Amino acid sequence: MAIGNDIHIGRKNVIITLMVIVFVVYILRLLQLQIFDETYKNSADNNAFLHKTRYPARGLIYDRNGKLLVYNKPAYDVMVIINEVHDLDTIDFCRTVNITKDQFCSLIEKMKRQPGYTPYTPQQLIAQLSIEEYAVLQEKLFRFPGFYIQDRTLREYTYPCAAHALGYVSEVTEQEIEENPYYKRGDYIGRSGIEKQYESVLCGIKGYEILLRDSRGRLKGKYQDGKLDRASVSGKNIQLSLDIELQQYGEKLMQNKIGSVVAIEPSTGEVLAFVASPAYNPSDLVGRDRSRNFPLLNKNPLKPLLDRPLQARYPPGSTFKVLNSLIFQHEGIITPATRYGCAHGFSYGGLHVGCHGHPSPLDMRHSLQTSCNGYYCHGLHDMLDTHRRKYGSVQEALNTWKNHVVSFGFGYKTGIDLPHENRGYIPNASVYDKVYGTKGWSGVTIISIAIGQGEVLATPIQEANYVSAIANHGWWITPHVVKKIYGDTIPSSLLEKHVTSVDPKFFDASIDGMEMAVQGGTARVAQLPGVRVCAKTGTAQNPHGKDHSVFIAFAPRENPKIAIAVFVENAGFGATWAGPIASLMMEKYLTGGIADNRKYLEERMVNANLIPTNPKER
Amino acid sequence: MIIYTALILLLILTIFISSGHKGSHSWIDIGPFALQPAEFAKFATALALSHVISRYDFHLKGFRNYAIVCALFLLPMVIIIAQNETGSALVFSSFFLVLYRKGMPGVLLFLSFLAIVLFIIVIKFGDPLAESLSQNTFWSSFGSIGLLVACILIFLTVVGFLLVFHHDTESVWFLIKILISTIVVALAINYFFSLSYCLFAIAFLLFVFAWSVVRAWRAPISSSIRTPSRKFFSLLAVFTLSATLYSQSASMAFNVLQPHQQSRIRVVLGMEDDPKGAGYNVNQSKIAIGSGQFIGKGFLNGTQTKLNYVPEQETDFIFCTIGEEFGFVGSFLVLFLYLLLMIRIVQIAERQNEEFNQIYGYCVATILFFHFAINIGMVIGLAPIIGIPLPFFSYGGSSLWSFTIMLFVLLRLDASRLER
Repeated sequence: MAIGNDIHIGRKNVIITLMVIVFVVYILRLLQLQIFDETYKNSADNNAFLHKTRYPARGLIYDRNGKLLVYNKPAYDVMVIINEVHDLDTIDFCRTVNITKDQFCSLIEKMKRQPGYTPYTPQQLIAQLSIEEYAVLQEKLFRFPGFYIQDRTLREYTYPCAAHALGYVSEVTEQEIEENPYYKRGDYIGRSGIEKQYESVLCGIKGYEILLRDSRGRLKGKYQDGKLDRASVSGKNIQLSLDIELQQYGEKLMQNKIGSVVAIEPSTGEVLAFVASPAYNPSDLVGRDRSRNFPLLNKNPLKPLLDRPLQARYPPGSTFKVLNSLIFQHEGIITPATRYGCAHGFSYGGLHVGCHGHPSPLDMRHSLQTSCNGYYCHGLHDMLDTHRRKYGSVQEALNTWKNHVVSFGFGYKTGIDLPHENRGYIPNASVYDKVYGTKGWSGVTIISIAIGQGEVLATPIQEANYVSAIANHGWWITPHVVKKIYGDTIPSSLLEKHVTSVDPKFFDASIDGMEMAVQGGTARVAQLPGVRVCAKTGTAQNPHGKDHSVFIAFAPRENPKIAIAVFVENAGFGATWAGPIASLMMEKYLTGGIADNRKYLEERMVNANLIPTNPKER
Repeated sequence: MIIYTALILLLILTIFISSGHKGSHSWIDIGPFALQPAEFAKFATALALSHVISRYDFHLKGFRNYAIVCALFLLPMVIIIAQNETGSALVFSSFFLVLYRKGMPGVLLFLSFLAIVLFIIVIKFGDPLAESLSQNTFWSSFGSIGLLVACILIFLTVVGFLLVFHHDTESVWFLIKILISTIVVALAINYFFSLSYCLFAIAFLLFVFAWSVVRAWRAPISSSIRTPSRKFFSLLAVFTLSATLYSQSASMAFNVLQPHQQSRIRVVLGMEDDPKGAGYNVNQSKIAIGSGQFIGKGFLNGTQTKLNYVPEQETDFIFCTIGEEFGFVGSFLVLFLYLLLMIRIVQIAERQNEEFNQIYGYCVATILFFHFAINIGMVIGLAPIIGIPLPFFSYGGSSLWSFTIMLFVLLRLDASRLER
């Protein structure tokens, strides 16, 4: 039939309109999908691109003589993308990585409980396989779809010592990830010591490679042949000021003792030895051993994790007398020739500070030589009470004294480049005003600070720094353990020179006293043939038990090379234990070894066990 | 006449081949080739349809003629459904558009459209969980918003019919008054009882039904523009009742579908968010297209497609590759070319002298339109996933052949337009 008068001709337009409507709707939809909505682009990238992190090698750490202390060894994390796991032969897998099926299940459970867990991205299942375990797994990996290996580096130590200075690394916490988005879960971050302080230097910069991944999770090679990949930048290497031989020797001498040894090179402020005892082997806190060892160390009643050189506070005891002799000279209270009588101590009213047998009266040098308590009690009494008018009040007088003390690095953090430093404690007038009232106290009330007892508290690093300031005749440089950062400079605050408020001209007389103490006084144990050693003993009163043994020394007197402070807890007189240890340390550092006729001393120190059996005494 | 015989033979042959593979997949292997007769069935049916309608004594009127025409394409449709190729079978429904062009009342198109809309509304806004529970939840299911909306739509349709066909404002006002009083009564009753509003809506529709019956009873047999005939009111009554019942039973009908089809529909309606399950295809294809952005990633640089994230990317989801690698520009161009092609075919069909040629042209246009609308719609997440190819793009010889044959037969017919 030919088409004649078609009454439905208009319906052509209805049909065309329908087609146009569908076309327009689809174009609008495409606009929405392709132009206005960015999420699809990201989804596609997440689908197809696997950003594989290239972990940088952490910076190496050397000692002052260039000996390698800390380096990296490879370790291999087993990662799993749960959604890609299929047909897993669990038994075979467990056997391959050497775990039981129960362990496997608990690992999976643990992984799924982690915050941020998703079944689409690689999650860490087993941390730090050794290279041997890795080799076995690698061979069979193709049989375990969804499982991957992420290589990492772990810290490895050449010497089993200096743990407190070096510190350790561990996995970042959720909080740290939030604070610094550079870190991703499973990354390592410095937790203490150098590792923490110099984290930004050591950590390097992570790189990545972009791999193409198909819908089954199979890797299809590099995206654009790796053009967009970024190589990781290794962390910078660090040279420490520590002398690892001296450090190791110090830890050996301090074994079975509680305490600290800190040695500083006075001219530079560089820390030569940083011994905390009891110590631990830094390798114990690496890799999978860490989870086992850390709780043990943490629960150990002797607190091996405590960074005693920075955190333990002791009364400096008689070692403080050198500082007082300097302050009294500077304030014109005494001259080196001033003599005070000492009738077995200092008596005032009903108060008596005991002393030991020595000729009386003594001048200042001899008071240091014999460590006379009476002399310094008289001196402080004169400064705060007798000559009070000079300062206006006892408060002003005490604050003058305090300012001198603080200028030697006491009472505040020294600023050492290690974390968690304690500031010690030096009282000022308002402290006593609070306790006794403004009119309620005088020099006599607080007389024990004259001999480094009472409220005065110092950390071993502060003591060592103080010796350094004496050795330098009135200045010190911020103590620091990092000598050099390769490819960078160390922070300028570590090279800052601090000048004490005591005039340099007063130092010689006090140092005379210290040298006399070595030659014929309380510190005779520190004598070294051919070296002018200056030293001062101390005995820090311990209300809990046996007194702590304290010893400070520097040598040689001219151009001092080493200043040292030794604290041995519960060890009694300074000369008995701390003295020999300081002496041996100095001999080792200055001469490179121990003279034969002093081997007996070394042996006695190494073998001594001074850890009190009654824990309450500590 | 020779052509006509050949066409009938081809149609019979096609049906024969298809039916021979009933129950199995829709492919037959001929040596190294695999043939999908369903693709060619479209072509054959188009020819048969054109032939039947264009017969001299055939008018698209009366139940018998409609039955013949519908049987022409419902037969292969049923056979193909039996082959488990629902997608290809649905293509045959595009012939309704051809019938519409040739005089099928637009009301039928509208009603089928309404049926789809009602189905979607009831499924999407109904509470399928309550439906699937026991009979105890029968009353609570009346609380679904979807049902309420469906009732409103039905009422609007009734009003629309009254106004469009007979301008019967009188009846409309009457119904609106009833509606208002129903609402007032409903509010009053619900002040004391918490009955579902759907209940009142259905009661109201039943009243409309009753009213239509009464009007049909009283109405004159002959019809004028002002006074609707008995037939009109009878049909209105039938519509109201069946639409109401249909709304009630849509969710039940939904449950008749196979689970994977149900979930596909739910995903398209946004009721299910399942990017790893039924929604995986659509989700990945949307990602592929969306990630193409304005100018695309460049030829062969599509990560979604090259790395096999999009399934069926050579066949049904081929448009993803265009969207991803050529971006909005490429997609727009492709869609625009399809639109041009379809309009061009419609124009060619319209300029034919022979009715056979014209109907055949429309068959080609509507088949193309259906493929275009459904395939691209499903890829961009606007239509349910029905596995039909995108003409001239999808991998697969049968589809390419069938569309090529269809187009070239049309061109040949067009060329012969001037010969006689």
